Amino acid sequence: MAVLEVNDLTMDFGGLRAVDRVNLEVNDGEIVALIGPNGAGKTTFFNCVTGVYKPTGGQVKIAPPNGSPEEIQGVQPHKITHKGLARTFQNIRLFQNMTVLENVMIGRHSRLHSGIGGAIFRGKKTREEEKQLIFDSYQILKKIGLEKWVNEQAKNLPYGEQRRLEIARALATDPFLLLLDEPAAGMNPHETTSLVDLILKLREEEGVSVLLIEHDMSLVMILSERIYVMDYGKRIAAGTPAQVKKDPVVIKAYLGEDIDA
Amino acid sequence: MLKDKLMRSFFVSLWFAVLTFPIMVVRVNTIEDTVTWRWGNLIMVLFGSFVLSFLWSIALERKSTGSKKQTIVSKTFNNLRATVSDNRNIKLALVAIILLFVVIFPFITSFYQMSIMNTALMYVMLGLGLNIVIGLGGILHLGYIAFFLVGSYSYALLNIHFGLNFWLALPIGGFLALILGILIAVPVLRLRGDYLAIVTLAFGEITRIVVENWSSLTGGPSGIRSIPRPAIPGLDLNLTDTAKLVYFIMIVLAALTIFITIRLKDSRIGRALIAMREDEIACQSMGINTTRMKVIAFALGSVFAGVAGVVFAANTTFINPASFTIWESVMVLLIVVLGGMGSIPGVVVAALVIKLLPEYLRAFSQYRMLVFGAVLIIMMIFKPDGLLPEKRKHYSFTDDDKAEMKAEGK
Ligand SMILES: Nc1ncnc2c1ncn2[C@@H]1O[C@H](COP(=O)(O)OP(=O)(O)O)[C@@H](O)[C@H]1O
Ligand SMILES: [Mg+2]
Repeated sequence: MAVLEVNDLTMDFGGLRAVDRVNLEVNDGEIVALIGPNGAGKTTFFNCVTGVYKPTGGQVKIAPPNGSPEEIQGVQPHKITHKGLARTFQNIRLFQNMTVLENVMIGRHSRLHSGIGGAIFRGKKTREEEKQLIFDSYQILKKIGLEKWVNEQAKNLPYGEQRRLEIARALATDPFLLLLDEPAAGMNPHETTSLVDLILKLREEEGVSVLLIEHDMSLVMILSERIYVMDYGKRIAAGTPAQVKKDPVVIKAYLGEDIDA
Repeated sequence: MLKDKLMRSFFVSLWFAVLTFPIMVVRVNTIEDTVTWRWGNLIMVLFGSFVLSFLWSIALERKSTGSKKQTIVSKTFNNLRATVSDNRNIKLALVAIILLFVVIFPFITSFYQMSIMNTALMYVMLGLGLNIVIGLGGILHLGYIAFFLVGSYSYALLNIHFGLNFWLALPIGGFLALILGILIAVPVLRLRGDYLAIVTLAFGEITRIVVENWSSLTGGPSGIRSIPRPAIPGLDLNLTDTAKLVYFIMIVLAALTIFITIRLKDSRIGRALIAMREDEIACQSMGINTTRMKVIAFALGSVFAGVAGVVFAANTTFINPASFTIWESVMVLLIVVLGGMGSIPGVVVAALVIKLLPEYLRAFSQYRMLVFGAVLIIMMIFKPDGLLPEKRKHYSFTDDDKAEMKAEGK
């Protein structure tokens, strides 16, 4: 069953068609990769799905495992997050001056309720909500392996850990689908290996489906069950890693780049 | 290295001397048709700019090389601050001392000093209010003083036309500012960054100009006079007593503002505001409705300005649009930036410093703007986070998974 189904998604920037009638599907519990050369339109595709851009055309349908299916194209980003899609960013966008724990706490915002009155009077309900929030956020940090940084400002984290914190923060929103935009970019081989373990673990334990953009081919080949390939805004291939690897169209798009790397 | 610096400073001073030559050295007397050459000034300019430029380059270098190493002063200061915030007893003692001073202050000072303090306390309140908008929410709001104006005029007008007394005007002034804040926020806050700054600036000026020109209602540029001072029914207060009363009203209001903003900054809403300041796109993608957050920040900030405005009108007994120019908005902004965006103690200290110091340095009053400018530039280069930078709350955990949750904020 598809938790995400994108039909004919199109995004124009003035005269530039960055995403051109792309179809894509993610099934429940699947790890799917979206690859393609730089400037192919992968990040733009993510931005359309998560509401950062309003797509020029096409549909984005979601079917949460425990909810009713609906179309979400053009819906505001915070509402889409609330519906269960969470993302990370290619160029890290953490809340730099907040602590690691607070970054995760922000992720839980849309699942909680206390308002201004609660903040000022700090009644029993607010205090309990806050306590639970601190506890839950800490558990998430432990799961991702960031608990030793709990009170550190996000900007002081090593690069690889910042990428993991982005994942922790996304996870805190209780998603059924994680969209990861180049999660391994800038990581060393050791960090990449533990990232693979983490993503597999999250699918196992949290039951999330994953759609990831990645440049690192070896990572994509290990991790994903299916791969979509984009070039110049168009979807040029789709299939299992083995199929995609042999596809002449893909090889041509990556001319000069070694797919087996 | 040293030689480079000396050379550089030498050229800087030469350049400066050339620039200032026409005004500093040449003096043309048009009546007697004579020219006086004041060579002494030239030497002073040369020497002064050489020394300043040299000191400046040394300071810059120390900043870039010693960014990790702290100077002794800042080290002891940071240690001191950490000790104070970690140690409950010291904290309590400090609060007690401040409280004691606050209570006895009006009985040991002159009328003059008390009225200066009253104004300063209003700016504490304004600074903390704007701190919610700019310091927490990251919304560059340059028309903040308009809400101060709304508070002032609502008391003045409601009193003149309906005889509304001061105590009732306090909440009403705050409420009217809140309503205006929400009305303005909804259209304005769809904008971002620079655009938002420009629009809020225009809004502040428009408000003032409307008041200035709507003479039939507001008295126009000449303002409204003989606004009643705060009074306690049944008590006959002279001028000094009233100043004391205003002082205690302001203390209570400032304390209330501090309390509310402290509670706010580590709450769900407060954290969302800070996240919005840090990164708006990421904030939205974390499920936060940033438009709603902006309205909340704007509205909350406005309330404090409105209430402070009521006290301002009652304290001065005379208001006119000239008290609410863009310059006042800039002053409040300065307080927030100087104190440290989002830092409550920082804003309080900065408000007191900025409003009190110039009063005690009357002798230099003509250089006030010059000094503000210089201080601001120096701050931005050497201490961009403000006097007392914002510190985020730390949490401690017991590392036993099964154990009862012991997550306690410190
Ligand atoms: N906000 C924008 N405005 C205009 N053009 C954009 C915008 N965002 C992306 N593009 C363009 O869309 C194309 C796809 O970019 P992107 O989605 O970032 O590629 P990828 O993530 O695959 O490397 C590029 O040509 C880029 O310049
Ligand atoms: Mg990209």
